[in-house]
Amino acid sequence: MSEPKEIAVRHRVDYTGAKMGMWIFLFTEVLFFGGLFLLYSVFRSKYTLAFHDSAKELDIFLGTANTVILLTSSMMMALSILFVRKGEKASSILCQGITIFLGLVFLCNKYIEWSAHIRHGIYPDSPLLLQMSRGKIIFFSLYYVMTGLHGLHVLIGVCVISGTLLFTARGKIYRDDFVKLENTGLYWHFVDIVWIYLFPLFYLIT
Amino acid sequence: MNGKGFPLHIPKSRVYVFVWLSLVVLTATTVAVARLHLTRYAVLTAIFIASTKSGLVVTFFMHLKEEPLILKAMLFIALFALTLIVLLTFSDVWFRYQ
Amino acid sequence: MNPADSVSTESFYKAKGRYGGIFSWILSTDHKRIGLMYLTAILTFFFIGVALGVLMRINLISPGRFISERAYNSLFTIHGVIQIFLFIIPGIPASFGNFFLPILIGAKDVAFPRINLMSWWLYVTGGILIILSIFIGGGAPDTGWTFYAPYSIRTTANISLALFGVILLGFSSIFTGLNFITTIHRLRAPGMKMFRMPLFCWSLYATAWTQVLATPVLAITLMLLILERFFAIGFFEPNLGGDPIMFEHMFWIYSHPAVYIMILPAMGIVTEIFPVFAKRTIFGYKAIAFSSLGIAFFGYLVWGHHMFTSGMSDTSRIIFSLITFLVAVPTGVKVFNWIATLYKGSIQLDSPLIFSLTFIFLFSIAGLTGLMIGTLSLNLYLHGTYFIVGHFHYTMFGGAGFGFFAGLHYWFPKMFGRMYHEKTAKVSWFIMFVGFNVLYFSMFILGMQGMPRRYFQYLPRFHTNHVISTVGSWILAVGLILMFGNFIRALFKGEKAPMNPWGGKTLEWQIPSPPPEGNFETIPVIDRGPYNYD
Repeated sequence: MSEPKEIAVRHRVDYTGAKMGMWIFLFTEVLFFGGLFLLYSVFRSKYTLAFHDSAKELDIFLGTANTVILLTSSMMMALSILFVRKGEKASSILCQGITIFLGLVFLCNKYIEWSAHIRHGIYPDSPLLLQMSRGKIIFFSLYYVMTGLHGLHVLIGVCVISGTLLFTARGKIYRDDFVKLENTGLYWHFVDIVWIYLFPLFYLIT
Repeated sequence: MNGKGFPLHIPKSRVYVFVWLSLVVLTATTVAVARLHLTRYAVLTAIFIASTKSGLVVTFFMHLKEEPLILKAMLFIALFALTLIVLLTFSDVWFRYQ
Repeated sequence: MNPADSVSTESFYKAKGRYGGIFSWILSTDHKRIGLMYLTAILTFFFIGVALGVLMRINLISPGRFISERAYNSLFTIHGVIQIFLFIIPGIPASFGNFFLPILIGAKDVAFPRINLMSWWLYVTGGILIILSIFIGGGAPDTGWTFYAPYSIRTTANISLALFGVILLGFSSIFTGLNFITTIHRLRAPGMKMFRMPLFCWSLYATAWTQVLATPVLAITLMLLILERFFAIGFFEPNLGGDPIMFEHMFWIYSHPAVYIMILPAMGIVTEIFPVFAKRTIFGYKAIAFSSLGIAFFGYLVWGHHMFTSGMSDTSRIIFSLITFLVAVPTGVKVFNWIATLYKGSIQLDSPLIFSLTFIFLFSIAGLTGLMIGTLSLNLYLHGTYFIVGHFHYTMFGGAGFGFFAGLHYWFPKMFGRMYHEKTAKVSWFIMFVGFNVLYFSMFILGMQGMPRRYFQYLPRFHTNHVISTVGSWILAVGLILMFGNFIRALFKGEKAPMNPWGGKTLEWQIPSPPPEGNFETIPVIDRGPYNYD
């Protein structure tokens, strides 16, 4: 049962306003990544065959695994908010911890994928890549830039969730004031959605 | 919600689990469909499935279902803007790259 | 005044915060202090930009005598970058928007005051980086403010540093827009329905959406350009399979809406001024509100008219030309409504009104010449000539700039609690008006005669008009100095300003000049529209 003081908190913080601000920030991210997706679609229509061929060099298993990892981490974030709202602090911390863990696994997989490509001499400005067809150069440039930017966002998310985990542990995020966690969740789900689109467009177009 | 938008309704965890299951199934679907070599329709199908997955994430994980109409309208505006940008750019690219 | 009252009516300048000295300003989250810090920085950059412009014009009366070709390329590049990214785009929203939006809707501050402060810091940092790029390393950028690929990829100048500065400015703009949208939706006073807001707020709202939805595209484009300079990414590099026209697309997808970020708030300012100085309510409130949204919407879809000669497909050129004509319609709606507001009004011909009337005049010339160059066939001849330079200076300087000056004359008493010298204001206006038109109208003529823009030197037949134009720049500069001298003098020696020197009806005129911290003793309850003159 919430004390009057706690209920007062619920009336002090403007939840809709705080979430609105976060959503608007996510719209800017949509347009930000949108520019890259625009470039992808333009160059894909120009170099359709080269894109088909180049996609074969990507590891579908790792890509699918990463997709499921992020989807699971999204569920974990949603559950963590649920647990805070029910006052179950420990469960929320556990879910946030799992989210962080899954985010790090995602990044490890990315590292494995990238280092494999780099070992084979395929990276931006590499002598090998520059000898290849134009379409292949553009495909891998898009691959590195888009998955790289996405990975950066995953890393940032992991850092921010580490922060919310600490706040939850210290009681700064709790049943009557959890908008920080909710907004962090919104960000994390957005990162998930970007990957939901990246995955088929790079891995499944063979 | 109270006047400040504090959500009074607490969702049940099984909603999230169901959504997660649907997402995993859709992921498996999109991988399977990719092997079917639909050529021209491959991209459209992939985008369609991805959009369905995103829709689930937005509606349930991001709680857009419970949010006021203004927020839903704003999301629509942002997506509409991106769509127009892509379409107008293609009015150039499509006719130039032939 | 009971000292135990929680909200003092002491001016916000005297308010005691957590920090002392300069930190009470640069770490302040008070929207009024942030607005003034922006105003100071913006005007500083404006004058640097003006100085660069004067230097450019000096070169053009005697090409090569004082300034080298390489230096000239950098001059017009930095002039553009400063005036566009550091003056006009942030200009009105960051200064007057920050200062007055909360007051106009009956709020104590914006929705996210700390993010507001962060926006200012991003702005200052971005500005410093851009200025730095002039002096260090490979030399000041020389690509034009449009940074077209592939030259911007290959030049050895300090492009990446300047681009990074611009990206920071972009984020500053994005966060301001985000703040204003949330503020308008969440912090309006009781009874202040959306359609009872002052129209300046509507213009800020439309602008904020443009800032939020267009700027990120610029951010990614410039980021890619930086990456391209370090790694052979190839998106815009033809040798690697890239498409330079895609750079132009992505650049203008932001930069055209950007000009609406520039002009919509200026239109908002003059919309505030006309009712007050005609003592009549605004004609067609809803039409003006919706036309702001309409301009923002259509403005999003016309970017291709900057690219008619780039090699784009014919289909797209026709589409963009058509939509370009459409965007003139909501603008026309505004002009007719302003005139109708003045009609049979009790006209008080003070400097805010004079600058606003000048806005209509100069912006109409701008708009009409805009229709000319929006016409595909004419554009093929006029693209890249001085006609374009004339057009955009009429819009950006004649329009947004004079709108900004109108705002300064209107709101100066409220922000600083002092009155400037009205007669000096009128004299400075006259000098600026003459100088402006001599400087820029001659450019239309030069353009039609075939003088290309960004050229360091030119054929002898263009010489006379260039001299006329340069003399105009000197006259304009004198007017500007006089105008700002008037303001600076007023800051120290001006008469104390009353609460409502102009007889305005909007909320800022119901609180002291300057306002107290927190703006209102008690949040007002609104029961009428904003311009209720009967």
